[in-house]
Amino acid sequence: MATSAKTYAAPAAATRPRVSLSGLTGKILFYGAIGLFIVNLIAMVSTVIIDSFAQSWFKTLLPPAFTTQWYSDLAQDHNMTQLLENTFFVAIATTLIALAIGFPAAYVLARKQFRLKGALYGLFLLPMLIPPLVYGIPLATLLIRLGLGGSLVGIVLINLIPITPFVIFILTPFIEQVDPAMEAASRMLGSGRFRTFRRIVLPLIVPGLLAAGVLALVRTFAAFELTYLVATTGSSQTLAVALYGDASGAGIRAHQLVNAMAVVYMLSTMTLVVIALIFVKPTQFVMSIKNR
Amino acid sequence: MVNVRRQPRISWEALLLSLPALLFVVAMFILPFLFGLNLSLHTGLKAEGELTLSNYLQFFNDPTQSDAIGITFQVALPVTLFSIVISIPLAYYMRRGIRFERFITTLLILPLTLGNVMVAQSMLMYYGRQGWFNQALQAIGLIKQPLALVHNWIGVEIALFIQNFPFVFLMILGYMSGINPDLERASRMLGASAWRTFWRVIWPLILPGVAIAFCLNFVANFTVFPSAVLVGRPDDLTKVLSIVAFRAAYEQNNPAYGTAIAFTMGIIEFLVVITVLWLRNRMARASVLGAGKGA
Repeated sequence: MATSAKTYAAPAAATRPRVSLSGLTGKILFYGAIGLFIVNLIAMVSTVIIDSFAQSWFKTLLPPAFTTQWYSDLAQDHNMTQLLENTFFVAIATTLIALAIGFPAAYVLARKQFRLKGALYGLFLLPMLIPPLVYGIPLATLLIRLGLGGSLVGIVLINLIPITPFVIFILTPFIEQVDPAMEAASRMLGSGRFRTFRRIVLPLIVPGLLAAGVLALVRTFAAFELTYLVATTGSSQTLAVALYGDASGAGIRAHQLVNAMAVVYMLSTMTLVVIALIFVKPTQFVMSIKNR
Repeated sequence: MVNVRRQPRISWEALLLSLPALLFVVAMFILPFLFGLNLSLHTGLKAEGELTLSNYLQFFNDPTQSDAIGITFQVALPVTLFSIVISIPLAYYMRRGIRFERFITTLLILPLTLGNVMVAQSMLMYYGRQGWFNQALQAIGLIKQPLALVHNWIGVEIALFIQNFPFVFLMILGYMSGINPDLERASRMLGASAWRTFWRVIWPLILPGVAIAFCLNFVANFTVFPSAVLVGRPDDLTKVLSIVAFRAAYEQNNPAYGTAIAFTMGIIEFLVVITVLWLRNRMARASVLGAGKGA
């Protein structure tokens, strides 16, 4: 991961430039641009939240009257319990399976030297480089023909395609950091392979597993395209898919109702993100491929 | 015969450990890919009979379908270039860390974690004719009539920018802050201006990263789907390839045709990525040669 590359910290004297006109202009431009982006972002999210509590809202700064009616309407519009259950089931199942099959592969990529390692690396990279819709349409067609259309199993399977390599490439640098001498020492002191793994490797790798896990969880939670291709029935929809359905069927529903749905979706993702930020740095959300 | 120590032929342990992931990728990615290829080379639902290119020909011979290629480029290219061009000076400024760095990066990942559907949905309110953005511009007297910022081309550009700019920025920042500051200091000490130092020292070093960021961002923008429907005009102005492919497969119930369009989309992207990486190698060589001359 390029983002985990070493960041050079310059000595204090070199980092703080003299207060000059150009330095000030740079500062204004930088914080202005980033600030504008972030203010717009927060305002966008706020409008959705405010609108979901509005009776009506036209051409004014704030709606004249508030109501919680849209949230009670939401319960009639959607089977919210099922949507939440589906979303969490898909996210958790995908993450756990991806970790289970990704971890050994990451271990191999981090530790072993063997022929065709490059080929294996390339094979795992492939699903991350090819955009989801390119392979998603034939794969979804296949899954639907196999009778997995509209089933949570099908949704988990299709989401595992980008998530498994994602997990592998996050875990690999973490495993590389564990000193192989520790494993060797443990083996030399008489522990078996399995015991060495359980007592030495696994505890040292826990931060990596947590990082990969929470990032995979957040990504699967917000995943739309692939889930949408397989979620052919209403009972298999996730929050993101249901939200897209509501938003694209504009005119059928009041916009406040769609936004109430958006708030439920947003609260769920935000909860996950807050939990995720305990374990990972914000930059780790940006998965970048090692530059080789 | 010189006996060179080789890498072990096949490590059974390595094979066994990577087997689950390997089998999964083959079964769920490679095989479906071949299935799709076979499907797209036949007409009809059964994929029987002789191989034919008719699905691909049908797409290219129908201007109401193949115009999606041009439309997709018009959507994907400007926002990709814009994100890159904006990210470089911002990352340059931030390369040695700044105040509130963690706070800023945390807020920047917000759109990545919200997902594209949510970004598009929140844009409808905020950038709408009566939304806060237009209200604010009118209040400060910048515009008289509200701007049409959603349900058109610019709507999709804004959505893609919000969605993907943080990704590009944080990636380029990663490359930029990985450069040893001694190089920069040496260049400055030898009398080069900040401008010249940027072009002669920093730019050649971040060029590979910028090329990768461009490729990843372009690929993401090229396959835009929910935003093109929700904040664009999916019937003409933003009728991108992914919409055409989806409609063919799901609405016209012709997965073979839909897969052919999806593969066409993939091939075009592949060609763009190859071109960019080729350009990168040429530019990298040119800048090394130029610097070597000491010109």
